[in-house]
Amino acid sequence: MSASGSGVLEVLQPGIGSTVQDRGRPGHRHNGVPLSGWLDALLATAANALVGNQGEEAVLECRGVGTELRVQSGPVRLALAGSIKATWIQSDSKKINLPAWQSATLQAGDRLTLGTAETGCAYLAVAGGLQLPQALGSRSSYWRAGFPGVLGRALRPGDQLPCNTWESVDAREWRFPTPWSLRDDPIRVILGPQADHFPPEAMAQFLHEQWQATTEQDRMGIRLQGTPLAHTSAAAADIVSDATTPGTIQVPASGQPIILLADSQTVGGYPKIATVISADLPRLAHLKAGSQVRFEAVDATQARRALQEQHTALSRWLQTREAFVPAGFIDEHALLQCNLISGVLRADPLTGDIP
Amino acid sequence: MQTQSQNTPRLLALGDAAWTVEFGCDISVATHARVMGLDQQVAQQRQHNALFATVTDVVPAFASITVHFNPLATDSEALGQQLLALAHEDNAHILKGRTWHLPVCFDPAFAPDLSRLAQAKALTEDDVIQRLLATPFQVYMIGFQPGFPYMGGLPAELTLPRLATPRARVPAQSLAVAGEMCAVYPWDSPGGWNLLGRTPVRLFDLQHTHQPAMLAAGDVVRWHAVTLDDYQHLLPQCQSGTIARESFLQEADAA
Repeated sequence: MSASGSGVLEVLQPGIGSTVQDRGRPGHRHNGVPLSGWLDALLATAANALVGNQGEEAVLECRGVGTELRVQSGPVRLALAGSIKATWIQSDSKKINLPAWQSATLQAGDRLTLGTAETGCAYLAVAGGLQLPQALGSRSSYWRAGFPGVLGRALRPGDQLPCNTWESVDAREWRFPTPWSLRDDPIRVILGPQADHFPPEAMAQFLHEQWQATTEQDRMGIRLQGTPLAHTSAAAADIVSDATTPGTIQVPASGQPIILLADSQTVGGYPKIATVISADLPRLAHLKAGSQVRFEAVDATQARRALQEQHTALSRWLQTREAFVPAGFIDEHALLQCNLISGVLRADPLTGDIP
Repeated sequence: MQTQSQNTPRLLALGDAAWTVEFGCDISVATHARVMGLDQQVAQQRQHNALFATVTDVVPAFASITVHFNPLATDSEALGQQLLALAHEDNAHILKGRTWHLPVCFDPAFAPDLSRLAQAKALTEDDVIQRLLATPFQVYMIGFQPGFPYMGGLPAELTLPRLATPRARVPAQSLAVAGEMCAVYPWDSPGGWNLLGRTPVRLFDLQHTHQPAMLAAGDVVRWHAVTLDDYQHLLPQCQSGTIARESFLQEADAA
């Protein structure tokens, strides 16, 4: 059994907050072009692994609800990663629940309705990656730089998302036996670079306060709410603008922090009380409105160790990926291994949501 | 000759994936010359120094420069110390940006704040325009939006605070001033600066894949006035790229 194809996904309903993302466009921040890219690189990597991609391919980042897709030409192998599931409506109207953490191969005419990204961010990957034309070396959507098509705006009904040609020697699908889990301890930061714009009490308060993520958030940043933080003086609430980065926590005169995310502007004029470490950046994607967040200060050595440990843990977890045979297909690979070719062909029924 | 900015450079961690080297907290040609000197030093190091191989972005600002890098593949501490050592060298003399001569149209439709600025400063509108045209503007930083230049040098007699209530939509390519800064909005966007004119030139163009932003930190911009007719004639040619960017460079820089 083999499957290969060059598919197209058509957007029936864009839903809220779904954008095309890859690793972003480093190297253009001196031009005022944000880094952009997936908010949770770990989940995006997991989604790509589930469809056999190398890891850098463009995926659909889902931050809300209501995205509906149709396979215009197929087959298209796809998979979800994160706290999300989908309904797969086959062309004969048969409905199948498609959970995250496993791949499925959809045929032309099949539809897919994505559920809610429960934690605020999830990913849909397709085998070979979404093949939109690149802009400045990336397929990440960003609406302010005049990028063409869906890279420069939100998805619209009728948009076509081309999928790369892919080849698979057998019809087995991929899955992870256990999901990649999110941490829920405090988010780790390196203090500064403008820690000297805040009195010691404000620095202590910043680290003790239970902050709440507000509804004022998008891919540029998240406004937090809590007891306002004081600056050393009124003048200290402004700085001569300098560079920011995703994870930067700015505190404007209001005293309410703003965490910058991937699409944030490249420079800013508010003092930066702290910056989230690289290992914890993916967690910022999941600070839905109303969620509580605390910060913990670490040093550069701890930040480095956290990143290395995470890298190792992810590599190890990616190796737990296993192939399985969806019901309705014959596992030729297993048959050959068991020397049963001359016997009766029978597809094993599979437990789970795939018939 | 400019006076040398003497502050000792400071190395600041912007998280675990970027260093900021700060030369001061003022906006001045002298401080910015040091920023641009380090910018050029870093560009040279990236050519041959393995320690700089995993640097992804170098962002000069008014009084500081930030070097972003891949934290997993970089000896961050060593990189920071090298940056600081380079910052201590006297690099300011290296600075040499390009000089641009850009057209701007002061038609009243493009300059909703011109008369207010003139009145506030007890000048005629023509006085304001002549002072703008006589000023070489220094590009300190590109930011806020792709291609948005923060340009310094606005004469003190033209300074005005930004609007108390920003406009919901500033038309793209508006020339604007606030405080001692001049800028051009490359995109339609909200904005609070005072709008004095409009340029037909596109400040950000994806056709230039390596340098989509036309202006770079360290460049100098001089404005020359064009009539509404000229503006309308130039606009489509600038938008389509029929007029090359380079044609707006001072001759020596274009060569």
